[in-house]
Amino acid sequence: MSGVFSLSRFLAVLLKEFIQMRRDRVTFAMMIGLPIVQLLLFGFAINADPRHLPTLVEVGDDGPLVRSILSGMDVSGYFDFRGTVEGVGAGEDALRRGEANFVVVIPDGFERDVIRGLRPQILISADASDPSAVGGAMSAMSGILEGAISQTLSGPLAGLANGPPPFSLVVHREYNPEGRTSTNIVPGLLAIILSMTMVMITAVAIVKERERGTMEMLISTPVRPLEVMLGKILPYVVVGYIQTIVFVLAAGLVFAVPFEGSMLAFFIGFNLFILDNLALGFLISTVARNQMQAMQLSFFTILPSVLLSGFMFPFAGMPGWAQALGTMVPATHFIRLVRKVMLKGAGIGDVSAEFVALTVILVVISIGAMLRYRQTLD
Amino acid sequence: MSAQPQPAIAVTGLTKVFGGRKVVDDFDISVPRGAIYGFLGPNGSGKTTTIRMLCGLLTPDAGDGQCLGFDVRREADAIKAEVGYMTQKFSLYEDLSIRENLDFVARMYGVAGRKARVDRALAELGLADRARQLAGTLSGGWKQRLALAACLIHDPKLLLLDEPTAGVDPKARRDFWDEIRRLSKAGVTVLVSTHYMDEAVQCDFIAYIAYGKKLIDGPAAQIPTMVGLTTWRVSGPELGKLEERLHGMPGVLQVARFGSVLHVSGIDGAALEASVRQLEAEGTHQWSLQPAGLEEAFIYLMAGARDNFAGDPAGAPL
Repeated sequence: MSGVFSLSRFLAVLLKEFIQMRRDRVTFAMMIGLPIVQLLLFGFAINADPRHLPTLVEVGDDGPLVRSILSGMDVSGYFDFRGTVEGVGAGEDALRRGEANFVVVIPDGFERDVIRGLRPQILISADASDPSAVGGAMSAMSGILEGAISQTLSGPLAGLANGPPPFSLVVHREYNPEGRTSTNIVPGLLAIILSMTMVMITAVAIVKERERGTMEMLISTPVRPLEVMLGKILPYVVVGYIQTIVFVLAAGLVFAVPFEGSMLAFFIGFNLFILDNLALGFLISTVARNQMQAMQLSFFTILPSVLLSGFMFPFAGMPGWAQALGTMVPATHFIRLVRKVMLKGAGIGDVSAEFVALTVILVVISIGAMLRYRQTLD
Repeated sequence: MSAQPQPAIAVTGLTKVFGGRKVVDDFDISVPRGAIYGFLGPNGSGKTTTIRMLCGLLTPDAGDGQCLGFDVRREADAIKAEVGYMTQKFSLYEDLSIRENLDFVARMYGVAGRKARVDRALAELGLADRARQLAGTLSGGWKQRLALAACLIHDPKLLLLDEPTAGVDPKARRDFWDEIRRLSKAGVTVLVSTHYMDEAVQCDFIAYIAYGKKLIDGPAAQIPTMVGLTTWRVSGPELGKLEERLHGMPGVLQVARFGSVLHVSGIDGAALEASVRQLEAEGTHQWSLQPAGLEEAFIYLMAGARDNFAGDPAGAPL
């Protein structure tokens, strides 16, 4: 029991640890892969000042001043013009469906009214359910407008360029008028909590069975794989239901998050999402050798759900490849669905795209899980 | 053989490869109905893998045959319903109670009159008053009895027991074997793997496996004769020194110590006797010829197997 440090004992332990690490390939891959992935995500994908936000315009006038304003917005990089809308409510619908973050409305005879000194209004409706997505763009607007004014209003009209702006900008922050972050974060959090617990619990529950040797007993009985799979998964569906109920109540009571839309759309959506996560957990359980690996792999799948789904950072602000990755994450679609339903009052028709995406992901993951699952010990 | 009923297990050429290594290599076995059949062999010899293939937990890479009249490759589900498999490691749920475990297994097999059957199993176990205790809190001997009760809950025709008595005290082992013999008398076929010689002698038939190959099989009583060993028993002072002298003498293949006596064995009976007579003439030890036992036979087989498989990675420590 000497207190002297033994170098040879220390090296023996060190070597043993390295050997064990090398044999545990999944953990090893995680240890290497995790920092790399995190670096990539934080370094490139996340953008707190998102640009290229999809924008629609409703133009009642296409004179040089309007064109100058629009091209100024375009050049600023914040706005990506995706087209025009016409008619009452069309812009609103596009916002609710998530097709655009902004709808710019320029009224009829805008330029004429400017010249007459009537100070007409430009209306920008912004989807403020994600406040950080619109904040940067909105603060850039005043500079864009000044530039447009000084370029266009020259010669006899130069007098208008000085003094107070010859027209006013009205911004409607839709769905989250106060721009509160909690209104945005809380519905998204449901997706994160559900994916974290559902994936992890399912993966661990099944791997535990194998690790403790009880799987050998189980499959030596005439029980069928589907029976095992459903029997192990369904209890966790119930857990997911309870989590969701508690969550929706807490969101309303604690954070005063509204629930504007269709209950049925929400119900269908969160069931699909829970199934996605359980299937993912099952898939992980077919890969992981022990509970530790199952935990690590589950945690690994949480990262894209947090970072690429539009939960913490605006989806539209990410580069194309990161958006493509994010599209494969079930949480991306569920977060959109929850925000649309809770904040924007969407009905079933408005979230059909999310239903389709969640179903496609479910089918793909389930096929993978069933292919990997073995009823024998081979 | 034609007059005999169909054996409980009859397989030929059974082979299983893991990672390019033949864990079980061209294995044949025929187990008569109602027999107690012992699997012996060192650790890592393929006993567990063979048992798993017989009950459909592993798919053989080659070979075929039948188990209880069902094809081992295609009818694993039918086999599972008629077989009770007791794993080497305790594989019931430690976080379920004794009754919950038995009830769960009974449900898995769809046992009719489940509650009565579980009650009967608890009564036979003598655990009726502890039925609500968690299985994980049982001692090793009780866990083993519970595991046996669980794999008997559906009244199987064939019991596959993988080292059932490992780590169990002698009294519990004896009780366990009394139960095995009772089941065998009732017509249940039992295939049991073990390391213990005192258990091996209780088997009707024995197969000895090493490094995935069957070295010998036959009725337990005939195995030593089949191996063809001659064994001398010697007792007296300073056996250690005597043992050293014996090694290398003509005809002496192995010297094994059993308590206060040595068993000296060899295949060439005449050469061995000559060596023995030479030492006996010194008058210091008492020598007697005795029929070779199972243990000598297996030690001899192991030594031979090691030679045959020298350089085989299976023999290398991990």
